Amino acid sequence: MCVADTARDVSGNAHCKSKEAEIKRINKELANIRSKFKGDKALDGYSKKKYVCKLLFIFLLGHDIDFGHMEAVNLLSSNRYTEKQIGYLFISVLVNSNSELIRLINNAIKNDLASRNPTFMGLALHCIANVGSREMAEAFAGEIPKILVAGDTMDSVKQSAALCLLRLYRTSPDLVPMGDWTSRVVHLLNDQHLGVVTAATSLITTLAQKNPEEFKTSVSLAVSRLSRIVTSASTDLQDYTYYFVPAPWLSVKLLRLLQCYPPPDPAVRGRLTECLETILNKAQEPPKSKKVQHSNAKNAVLFEAISLIIHHDSEPNLLVRACNQLGQFLQHRETNLRYLALESMCTLASSEFSHEAVKTHIETVINALKTERDVSVRQRAVDLLYAMCDRSNAQQIVAEMLNYLETADYSIREEIVLKVAILAEKYAVDYTWYVDTILNLIRIAGDYVSEEVWYRVIQIVINRDDVQGYAAKTVFEALQAPACHENLVKVGGYILGEFGNLIAGDPRSSPLIQFNLLHSKFHLCSVPTRALLLSTYIKFVNLFPEIKTTIQDVLRSDSQLKNADVELQQRAVEYLRLSTIASTDILATVLEEMPPFPERESSILAKLKKKKGPSTVTDLEETKKERSADMNGGTEPAPVNASAVSTPSPSADLLGLGTGPPPNAAPAPASSGSLLVDVFSEPASAVTQLAPGSQENFASPDLASSELVSEEPSEAARGADELTHKFVCKNNGVLFENQLLQIGLKSEFRQNLGRMFIFYGNKTSTQFLTFTPTLICSDELQSNLNLQTKPVDPTVDGGAQVQQVVNIECISDFTEAPVLNIQFRYGGTFQNVSVKLPITLNKFFQPTEMASQDFFQRWKQLSNPQQEVQNIFKAKHPMDPEITKAKIIGFGSALLEEVDPNPANFVGAGIIHTRTAQIGCLLRLEPNLQAQMYRLTLRTSKETVSQRLCELLSEQF
Amino acid sequence: MMRFMLLFSRQGKLRLQKWYLAMSDKERKKMVRELMQVVLARKPKMCSFLEWRDLKVVYKRYASLYFCCAIEGQDNELITLELIHRYVELLDKYFGSVCELDIIFNFEKAYFILDEFLMGGDVQDTSKKSVLKAIEQADLLQEDGKERNVQ
Repeated sequence: MCVADTARDVSGNAHCKSKEAEIKRINKELANIRSKFKGDKALDGYSKKKYVCKLLFIFLLGHDIDFGHMEAVNLLSSNRYTEKQIGYLFISVLVNSNSELIRLINNAIKNDLASRNPTFMGLALHCIANVGSREMAEAFAGEIPKILVAGDTMDSVKQSAALCLLRLYRTSPDLVPMGDWTSRVVHLLNDQHLGVVTAATSLITTLAQKNPEEFKTSVSLAVSRLSRIVTSASTDLQDYTYYFVPAPWLSVKLLRLLQCYPPPDPAVRGRLTECLETILNKAQEPPKSKKVQHSNAKNAVLFEAISLIIHHDSEPNLLVRACNQLGQFLQHRETNLRYLALESMCTLASSEFSHEAVKTHIETVINALKTERDVSVRQRAVDLLYAMCDRSNAQQIVAEMLNYLETADYSIREEIVLKVAILAEKYAVDYTWYVDTILNLIRIAGDYVSEEVWYRVIQIVINRDDVQGYAAKTVFEALQAPACHENLVKVGGYILGEFGNLIAGDPRSSPLIQFNLLHSKFHLCSVPTRALLLSTYIKFVNLFPEIKTTIQDVLRSDSQLKNADVELQQRAVEYLRLSTIASTDILATVLEEMPPFPERESSILAKLKKKKGPSTVTDLEETKKERSADMNGGTEPAPVNASAVSTPSPSADLLGLGTGPPPNAAPAPASSGSLLVDVFSEPASAVTQLAPGSQENFASPDLASSELVSEEPSEAARGADELTHKFVCKNNGVLFENQLLQIGLKSEFRQNLGRMFIFYGNKTSTQFLTFTPTLICSDELQSNLNLQTKPVDPTVDGGAQVQQVVNIECISDFTEAPVLNIQFRYGGTFQNVSVKLPITLNKFFQPTEMASQDFFQRWKQLSNPQQEVQNIFKAKHPMDPEITKAKIIGFGSALLEEVDPNPANFVGAGIIHTRTAQIGCLLRLEPNLQAQMYRLTLRTSKETVSQRLCELLSEQF
Repeated sequence: MMRFMLLFSRQGKLRLQKWYLAMSDKERKKMVRELMQVVLARKPKMCSFLEWRDLKVVYKRYASLYFCCAIEGQDNELITLELIHRYVELLDKYFGSVCELDIIFNFEKAYFILDEFLMGGDVQDTSKKSVLKAIEQADLLQEDGKERNVQ
């Protein structure tokens, strides 16, 4: 065989003594091949094949190949199968999708596809699937569906065609036209040849994810196919039975396809439930073979079935059975099964039907944490404990996690720390437990406790006055340890500086003892911690006038006043002056206790999300939010303006003492709104309060700002609906604002088209880098709303504003709003902001004027119950008729005067324009001043439109 | 879908690579190096699955060779494990108790068999017979070609 010869020719490489010898030999061979290719004598096909094959071999040994592509392309047009085959192999291994040769390759492929020779067609299809470039999609995306559904295509070619099309669809979905062929592809699920069904199912699954409507019929076909497979005897399917399991690959694929859809109609659903039950039953039967392949294949189907059950989340009975099955696997001797069971249970834990059932396995999971030898399995156990945690078991789970932390692998410590901190906060009934837990965390794994964690404990202590005394006492005790982690010194310093007075009555923790204790740690700490401690000392001057002189002595010492570090020196100088010249009143004002922090999403949670990818964490959070809502009440957000007044930065030159704000002061938020005011009338939102680190300049600006901004998306998300409502009746305004960025909007709409200008303003003096706004639409929304935009310049200079235009086309009516996600780098930290873009259905309204008679005639025509939607609701704003009129007009419909017999009522009419349809809409708003209520009635020719418009308009009054 | 499949030896020599998503050479090399390190460091009896970057990795060792597949978040780990096994069975049947050298010196066959079995990262046909029949047919064509060549 030529290749084997080649291989030996080129090398014995595998056996070459030294790396140098191998390289030398290969270079010689490459030179030889090059000269052959360049030589005057034309090579015959056989030699060409031989040398191309050698090149391929050399490449696979790990060397770079930069020639021979042309010769390989030549081989494609050979009539000899072997030459063609090697040519195609070279191209699929070595040609990248952007090669200039693609056009030549495409020509050869075109010939082979037209050859009607199934072997050649197969090679050509494989090549397309392997390279899968856009040019190839352009050339063949129209052709392949025809081959796929043609009656005379051989089965093997059909299989290749299906997967080839799938590959092209993945690279360039826009180039694969949906059409008549789709329904015929769906019917391939009924094909006799299981290989064809397998390949087709992969294709349909991916297509159905993007075009669920088009492939809806696949659901019932998939269910019946699945049902035939699971009920078949193990020998029925001949070669498609794998170790006594009938068609496991196909079963998994069918179950996966069904996960693209919600639970089917009752008739199909019954049959599907039967299938799922059969699969669960089979898991209990004794194995038909002892081979691991048998159990793996069987369980592969089982796990996929469980995924489908969880996806449907509608059959409590199946969910609980699934949970019990997974519970058995938790103790299985196969590590793989234990791993998967832990993973799968994590998703089960978030279903309300099975959450309780999952909780019963807590002991097993804890045991896994202690005994599993494989860190990836332990990691899964930690995830599951986190997922199954609720108020009832939080204490136990947190204790076990802390326990595990002492010996945990370094690679997962940080994540465990975050999880413990989140759970402790979320399920704290009693905040003393919370404080103990966090201090334990710092003691056990201080190095892995990130800023977010200790900022958070301080926020909580400051916001809850019932725990302040306890916190002061506990940190004081913890600080007694001869060696304590620097993070503890930070927390201790901050808390004693605020609340040291609460324990000062005890002679064992008198002011002087507190001070000496902290100061004994001072010299071992890093600069930021020392800076923090200096602030604590000045706070002590206010709290404990009796030790003022001691503190002044310390501040006055050379090691402080002449410290090489500018920040420390400046603090020492300023604090010393402040303590000397300010009256007690001024001191008391400047050094007043910190005001409560505004409540927002925990920055730790944000960090975990960043670490683990948002989806996993949010899912858990959302489903659990309701359950935990009752426990997290009690903390009230602080009035924002109060904090702005009463928190002067201690080192700012308030008293005319200092040398200006310290270099690491956080960017001043005061400038907010100044950027876009000329465009918009709305005043900018109020000053946001800073996080603890930046408020006292305790942390460097990077850390502070990264923490601040990591919270923004959630904040924005919370306000998102409110924002959308704000823009329903108007087109311009400020969409989003934080300390770094302001986003403004201006938009105009005509019929079913619109254009939106988005203005991004950089409020800082530093450049934003890799600034990338992206518009995200769900699949459903994408099919109803067409958005087009160009990327913006990735650099936004400080103080500058960039503009992005979005062209909008409404294809058909829709309810969701697209999400605008913005990512950029600011001063070394990564920022991520998401806001809903207020493109709502009513923007595509055209007002229609009509007389009273016409109005009521049409009103009557739209009298089907589905066409009318009514909402009765309480007024949220003063019931001023003039404002109401303005809002109805802003909403987009015409306001019809003298139509309604009752002059207090408002009626409107208009047409919603979409590409596919025009929908006439009539609306009537009846205020009831006495009850402060409204009744809003919408009648349109389309149910979903009535529904959506009613929702949107109801929020306006 | 499968993102890529790698075969490498215990000594960290790559024997076969198949990528189902376009990627630059540089990125490929980096991923191979990184992943080989992770997998080779794992002890026997450890679980066959791991999370790696944003992918799931499924691997299994047969004698001196590691077979390693990277799949996406939604994909089924166990069926991928059996996919590897089926591929090994196919190689075994074709070469008659396959060894690492067979794959080194007949790499093109290893590729052809893989292509008949998987395409674009999805299973094309799971029947051992169908796959081997396709390969045998191709071999017959090859013999023809050779004879003609000799003449």
